[in-house]
Amino acid sequence: MNHSLRGSCAVAGIGLTDFGDLPGRSALENTAEAVHSALTDAGIHKSEVDALFTSNFPDTFAALHLAEYLGVQPHVLDDTNIGGAVYVSQLQHAAAAIQAGLCNVAVIAMGSNTRSKLKQQGIIDGPRELFPYEDEYRPKAPMNAYALAAARHMHQYGTTREHLAEIAVAARAWAQLNPRAIRRTPLSIAEVMAAPMVCDPLSAMDCCLIADAGAAVVLVSADRARDLPQSPVYLLGVGVATTHAGISQMPDLTVTASVESGKRAYDMAGLSAREVDVVSLYDAFTINTLLFLEDLGFCPKGEGGNFVSDGNIAPGGGLPVNTNGGGLSCVHPGMYGLMLIIEAVEQLRHAAGERQIPGAEIALCNGNGGHLSSQATAIFGTSSSL
Amino acid sequence: MTNQSQSHDQEQAKQPAQMDVGPEKKFRQYLSEGSFHLQRCDQCRQHVFYPRLLCPHCGSMQLTWVPASGRATVYSTSVPRSGGSSYNIALVDLEEGPRMMTRVVDVAPEDVTIGMPVTAFIGTIEPNGEPLVLFRPISGDDS
Ligand SMILES: [Zn+2]
Repeated sequence: MNHSLRGSCAVAGIGLTDFGDLPGRSALENTAEAVHSALTDAGIHKSEVDALFTSNFPDTFAALHLAEYLGVQPHVLDDTNIGGAVYVSQLQHAAAAIQAGLCNVAVIAMGSNTRSKLKQQGIIDGPRELFPYEDEYRPKAPMNAYALAAARHMHQYGTTREHLAEIAVAARAWAQLNPRAIRRTPLSIAEVMAAPMVCDPLSAMDCCLIADAGAAVVLVSADRARDLPQSPVYLLGVGVATTHAGISQMPDLTVTASVESGKRAYDMAGLSAREVDVVSLYDAFTINTLLFLEDLGFCPKGEGGNFVSDGNIAPGGGLPVNTNGGGLSCVHPGMYGLMLIIEAVEQLRHAAGERQIPGAEIALCNGNGGHLSSQATAIFGTSSSL
Repeated sequence: MTNQSQSHDQEQAKQPAQMDVGPEKKFRQYLSEGSFHLQRCDQCRQHVFYPRLLCPHCGSMQLTWVPASGRATVYSTSVPRSGGSSYNIALVDLEEGPRMMTRVVDVAPEDVTIGMPVTAFIGTIEPNGEPLVLFRPISGDDS
C-alpha cells in the first residue's frame, strides 16, 4: 500500500496515428507522429523529453534512431525487447527513473508498418532468432505456442472452441463502439466456429489482425501532471514477470507469469481484481484473454470458459474487457502493448465516447510478450484512487 | 615479424585439437550418430534438456551425458495448417522429466492426443534434412 512508486507518476499525454493501412509510411514515421501527438496532448514541448523508451522488432538501435529522429538527447534510453509486454514493462522503468530523479519527462513510443511491409514485401516483422530446439520442428510461429496452450487448457478444464469464440465476439462488439477500430462488422459465434483452422485448435478468427499504427504516452511526476492540461491518470502499480522464452520450457501451459506480474502490481497498488473497473488484456489470440482473466484473479483457474460465456466480457456484461476492441478487432501493430495503456487512459479520462465505462476509476492492463513468455501488469487510477 | 607470424601459424594449427565442444555441438554429434542423449546433473541428479553448460535447477556446471530412454507422454498437441497441408507439433514430457517440442509422426496429426504414450527415434522432417528427435505412438508391440 505504501510502495514509493504508487501514484508517484501519471500519464499526462497520449498519442495515436490512424490504424490500418499506412502504405506510404515507415515505422519510424508512425512512431514520430504518435510522439508529437502525445506531447501536444500533454502540453509539453519535445525539448523537455529527457527519457525515451521504445522497442521494435526489426530495429536493434530503436532508441537511438528515435532520439536522433526527434532531435532529442535523452538522459535515459531504453529499447529492451521482451516482446509485446515491453511497453507496459517500460512504465516500471520510467516510473523508477522519474522517482529516482534521473529524468522528468519520459516518452514511451512505438510505431509499426507491419501490414504494409507484409503487403509490399511479403515480410512479416518478427524477432530474427526465435527459440533453440523448437524452430527446427517448424512450428507456425507465433500462433503455434498459443494453440498448444489452448489445447492443454481444453484438456485440463473442458474449455471449448465456443468459449474462445465468445472472446472474439465480445472484442468485435466493443470494436463496433470504437470509431478507430479496424474490424467493425458484426461477428457471431457461428462465424468464428466456421472460420478456417490455422493451427488447431485455433481458427483464423482466434487470431489478432495485422495493422500499421503508431502510439505514444508521456509519463511525468504526479506533481508535474497536476499542472498540465489533461486529467492525470496515475500509475498505481506495475509488475513484470517471466517464466520461459520458448513454449516448450513453460512450466505449466495453463498458468502464465501474469499470476506473478499481477500480484506485484496489485501489491504495489494495494488493490485486488474486485476493485478494477475496466480491463485491457493483450489478446493476440483468444486464449490469451481467457488465461489472463484467470491468472489476474477475475475468475478461478479453469473457469475462464464459463466466465466469458453469455457475453460477460462484452458491452453490457459483468466485466468490461478490451473495450477498444483489442488486438482481435481494433488494432495489432507488431507489438500491441502500448494500446492497452492508451485505452486505460482514455477510460479513466472518461473520454472513451460510446464505449465509455461510466464512473471508471481503476483500470488494469496486462501486456504479454513472446510465446506467453513475458508478462507485465499495470494498474492505473484517477485522482480519487490516490 | 617472421617470428610473430610463425607463432601465429602454430597457434592456428593447435586450435582444432584444443577446441572445446560445447553441449550444443555435442548434442548434435550424438544426433548425427543416431542417438538421443540428455544431460544429468551430478549435483542435484535432475535431467536437463535442452543441453546447457550449467544446470538450470541448481546452477552446477557438472553435467553428464546419458542416453535418453526415449519414452515420453504427449503434454500438448497442435496441427499447424497452410496451403492444404498439415502436420503435428507437440510438446512431450520425457520419462526423465524434461519437456521438449517435437513432431509425433506415423499417425494422422489430428489423432495425436494429450496423454498418449510415445517413443523417440532419430529422423528428419524433409529429404536430406538435419537429424531430429521425433516421436511415434507406442504400438502394442513396443509396450
Ligand atoms: Zn542441478
